[in-house]
Amino acid sequence: MLTIVFFAQTREIIDQSSLSLDFSPPLSDLEALRQQLASRGDKWDLALQRDKLLVAINQEMSPWDTPVKDGDEVAFFPPVTGG
Amino acid sequence: MIAIQQHDFDISDLYLQLTDSQLNPNGYGAIVTFVGKVRDFNQQQQVAAMSLEHYPGMTEKSLVEIVAQAKSRWPISQPIIIHRVGELLPGDQIVYIGVASAHRKAAFEACEFLIDYLKIKAPLWKKEQTENGYQWVDARETDRGAADRWTEQ
Repeated sequence: MLTIVFFAQTREIIDQSSLSLDFSPPLSDLEALRQQLASRGDKWDLALQRDKLLVAINQEMSPWDTPVKDGDEVAFFPPVTGG
Repeated sequence: MIAIQQHDFDISDLYLQLTDSQLNPNGYGAIVTFVGKVRDFNQQQQVAAMSLEHYPGMTEKSLVEIVAQAKSRWPISQPIIIHRVGELLPGDQIVYIGVASAHRKAAFEACEFLIDYLKIKAPLWKKEQTENGYQWVDARETDRGAADRWTEQ
């Protein structure tokens, strides 16, 4: 099982803050997961455009080719604007 | 100390904590603090209010990481970082960074490093209320550039 969480604009566009996903190989990396979620519909595709999206795996920002494994928490969000 | 909180902070209390000799066993001769506040304008628009969202858990973790980097780079005591979340108004304090060191150069540099890195690493997002409604604040390239400076030296 994967836990997927969304923040800021990303969360607002899909109108959902989290979801659980059965982990089913051959899901290989974060980019594959992004594409799988983006194919859920227009809102998902819009929210998960890669050019303005960051991704964290187990609360650590990670490159798109990072492998995903069962039990991971994956977060999608826009570039951060704190401070 | 690292804290993510809704309530305001009192800089005089934090100053006392920074100068607590138990936290600075090696002594200090310089204290540098930074306070970030909510502006009442952004991108030529009046800002009436702001709300700040964060990723609980990861925010704290990312700040622990940048504090560790600062401490490995400069001889500083344990810094204090406070970031507020939730609903804020123009003029409100948002963020506090406090650093103590034996000498001013390390304290100035570490403080600037901490705020520069916080701005690109900590999962926090600002949403402003303007006359055109609510809008998310765009990330700035200049913030990325400010942080990159520290790796070019």
